[in-house]
Amino acid sequence: MIIAIASGKGGTGKTTVAANLAVALKDKMRVALLDCDVEEPNAHLFLMPEFTEKESVVLPVPSIDSDKCTHCGICTGICAYHALADLGKKILVFEELCHGCGGCSLLCPAGAITEIHKEIGLVERGTAKGMEFVQGTLSIGKVSAPPVIKKVKSRIKSGPAIATAAVIIDSPPGTSCPMINAVSGADYCVLVTEPTPFGLSDLQLAVGVVRELGIPFGVVINRAGMGDDEVEKYLQEQGIPLLMKIPFDRRYAACCARGGLLVEEFPELKQTFNNLWKAIERRVKA
Amino acid sequence: MKVAVTSSGSDLDSMVDERFGRCRYFIFADSDTKQFEAVENEYASGAHGTGVQVAQFIADKKASALITGNVGPNAMRVLMESGIEVYTAHSMSVKQALEHFEEGKLSMASGPTTKPHM
Repeated sequence: MIIAIASGKGGTGKTTVAANLAVALKDKMRVALLDCDVEEPNAHLFLMPEFTEKESVVLPVPSIDSDKCTHCGICTGICAYHALADLGKKILVFEELCHGCGGCSLLCPAGAITEIHKEIGLVERGTAKGMEFVQGTLSIGKVSAPPVIKKVKSRIKSGPAIATAAVIIDSPPGTSCPMINAVSGADYCVLVTEPTPFGLSDLQLAVGVVRELGIPFGVVINRAGMGDDEVEKYLQEQGIPLLMKIPFDRRYAACCARGGLLVEEFPELKQTFNNLWKAIERRVKA
Repeated sequence: MKVAVTSSGSDLDSMVDERFGRCRYFIFADSDTKQFEAVENEYASGAHGTGVQVAQFIADKKASALITGNVGPNAMRVLMESGIEVYTAHSMSVKQALEHFEEGKLSMASGPTTKPHM
C-alpha cells in the first residue's frame, strides 16, 4: 500500500506524520519510507538511517553540433519548455529549462544533437530502525526536482508483496510538479494542515490537486487547538474525512525540535498514529 | 533601425510594460520611417521558458534594439547572442521612451536586470 503524506502549506508537519506513522507500523509490517522532499529532505533527522547505496541522478540535455545543424526548426518547435532557441546561425541550449525528455535528439534529421548527462541529484538507500529508507537530494543550484523524485520512487516494486507492506512517501510541500510527482500513483494521500487561514487556503489548493489526480484522501490537523475552526468547517462542508488531530502542545514541539519521535515518547500519540493507520487501511480497502 | 518596446497597450501613449516576457504588447517602431506596429504578446501566459521564447520572437522580427523594464538571464543570453541592444525604461510612455532612446538618454543593460522566473 502506497501512502503519500502531502500538504499545500510548508511546515505543517508532513515529515512528523510520515516518520511517526512509519515507526508506529514497523513492528506490524514491512515498512519503507521514501523521502521525496528532495529540495530539503529531513526525515533522516528523525530516523537516523544508515545508507548503504548511493546513486546519482542524471538528466540527458542536448548538445548541438553546429556544423551538422541545418536550422530546420524541429528541435526548437518540439521543446515544450523552450530550452532551445534558434538564432539562425546558432542554437542556444538552456540546460536549466531542459526536462530531459530526449525529443530533440530523437527527431533531429541531421543527427546534430547528442545527449550529455548532467548530474542533478543523488538518491541514497539504506535502513532506519529496521525499515527501508530512501531519500533523494536535489543538487544545490538545480531546479528540476521531478527526475530525482521519480528515481526515489523507482524503488517501489509492484507485485503481491506491496499489498501487505506500507510504503510511506514524504512529499514536498506545495501543489506544483514536485508534489504531483510525489503523490501520483499512491493508493491514498494524507494531507497535513494546521488550523490557520494559511493552512486552510493551501489545503484547499492541495485538495484540488488530489481530486484531479483521482487519489482518495483524508486530512490530518496538526497543532490542533491553535488558530480557528475554519479547517474543520471546510472538511465537514466538503465531506472530507478528518483522520487525526495532533494537539498543539509544547512538549510535542520540543520533542520534534530535537529530532525525537512522538510515538516513542508519548504513549497517547502512539495510539493516535495506530488509529490513523486503521483509518487509512479501512478507506483503501473499502 | 527597428526598435522593439514592451508596452502595456497597443498605441504609443501606453506605458512601457516593465515585464519583458509577460508584457501585454510589443511595439515595433522604425526610427527612419517613424512607422510603428503593435503586436499582442501571445506568449504572455506561457508556463515555461517564456523569456527565451519572447527573446527569440524579437530576434526573428529583426529588431536591432529593445526597450523594456527588466530582462532575466535566459532572455538576455538570446538577445545578446542575437546582437540586440537592450535599454531600460521605467515609468514612461512608449512615445517618451522612444524619444529618450533617440536622444541617447536611456541606459543600456549589459547583463540581466532580474533573476530567472522558473
